[in-house]
Amino acid sequence: MNAPFYKFGLFNFDVSLIIAFIIGIGFGFALERGGFGSARILAAQFYFSNMRVLKVMFSAIVTAMLGVYYLSVIGFLDLSLIYISETYILPQMVGGLILGVGFVIGGYCPGTSVVSFATGKLDGLVYILGVMFGIFIFGEIFPFITDFFYSTNMGSVTLPQFLNLSYGMVVFLVVIMAIGAFALAEWSEKKFAHRNPENQI
Amino acid sequence: MTTLVRKIYSVFEKDKEVVEVKPQPYSNPYLTGIGLGLVLLAAFVIMGRGLGASGAMSTLVAVGVNTVAPEHTQSNPFYSEYLGDGSTNPLKDWLVFEVLGVLAGGFISGSLAGRVKKGIEKGPNISSGKRLIYAFVGGSLMGIGAKLARGCTSGQALTGGALLNLGGWAFMIMVFAGGYATAYFLRRQWL
Repeated sequence: MNAPFYKFGLFNFDVSLIIAFIIGIGFGFALERGGFGSARILAAQFYFSNMRVLKVMFSAIVTAMLGVYYLSVIGFLDLSLIYISETYILPQMVGGLILGVGFVIGGYCPGTSVVSFATGKLDGLVYILGVMFGIFIFGEIFPFITDFFYSTNMGSVTLPQFLNLSYGMVVFLVVIMAIGAFALAEWSEKKFAHRNPENQI
Repeated sequence: MTTLVRKIYSVFEKDKEVVEVKPQPYSNPYLTGIGLGLVLLAAFVIMGRGLGASGAMSTLVAVGVNTVAPEHTQSNPFYSEYLGDGSTNPLKDWLVFEVLGVLAGGFISGSLAGRVKKGIEKGPNISSGKRLIYAFVGGSLMGIGAKLARGCTSGQALTGGALLNLGGWAFMIMVFAGGYATAYFLRRQWL
């Protein structure tokens, strides 16, 4: 059996929607378990007092990255069939910057705001409406920023290709970097424990 | 006799404590991360694609605008991309169903842990009204940023991060940069 299953035609589009719903349940469940339904905990990442965002995100990235790597090494998963979005470096970096500012002001990102709303938080719902308003604004100004949106296209490019290193080497470096980030996160949480919202609940 | 009555009473009192739902603490972040990573890996293995969130909201916006002003969306490539060629319902979309799952999954997890509770998440030094305005403004910036970056924390940082996508990593670094750069000015909202 070869993966990705959908690309090998194991099931049709309608079945894929059911799978989407099930995977979404897992996604939402994990986000809520991690404390990501709470804007205070998410925002505390930027005040060094609660580093759950970094810990959960990097553990998840490392887990999925190692899984993808080893499954492709043993020939089970065809990495070339996994969709990798093209890099448009400048608009993506500007977008990331705006998104980071929005994160601190609003307290959520789109996925976590859905979980917040699911657990009864009004600010989560207002945030979702805000995101949709922002998308509407973007849609309206899109004709005027089309050139910028499609600028600096580098194609589908991965870190191993960009850095001219082997895939395994980059995987190794990311794991090392994550362990270093975890150590820093633990240290910073101890230092700023007095203003960690999780300790105040 | 009195001791027996007292004993029975204490049992009921204990029950009362159990009934009064006390929110459980959140799970270990590293174990949660591994769980989230396995969900993401499952998406790669089963579907050949990663997770997302803002894409579903974009579809909703495009459908909404199309309902009000169909000529307007047809002339705008941003909206028409989400609406498709009209042969299928645009809401029959992978990310729309995934986000409905996120809604369900968040509710299930929160219910099991006694964390589903109506309220507003905010710092101790800000009024509810102000917090909601901040939530709307922050969400709007998030919507603009996510569209410019072709994805949000789920689609670019998490999915792109695990696939070692250059754009995903550049995006992720900038999200943290933007957050830390503005955190100081917003400390009154959160601290």
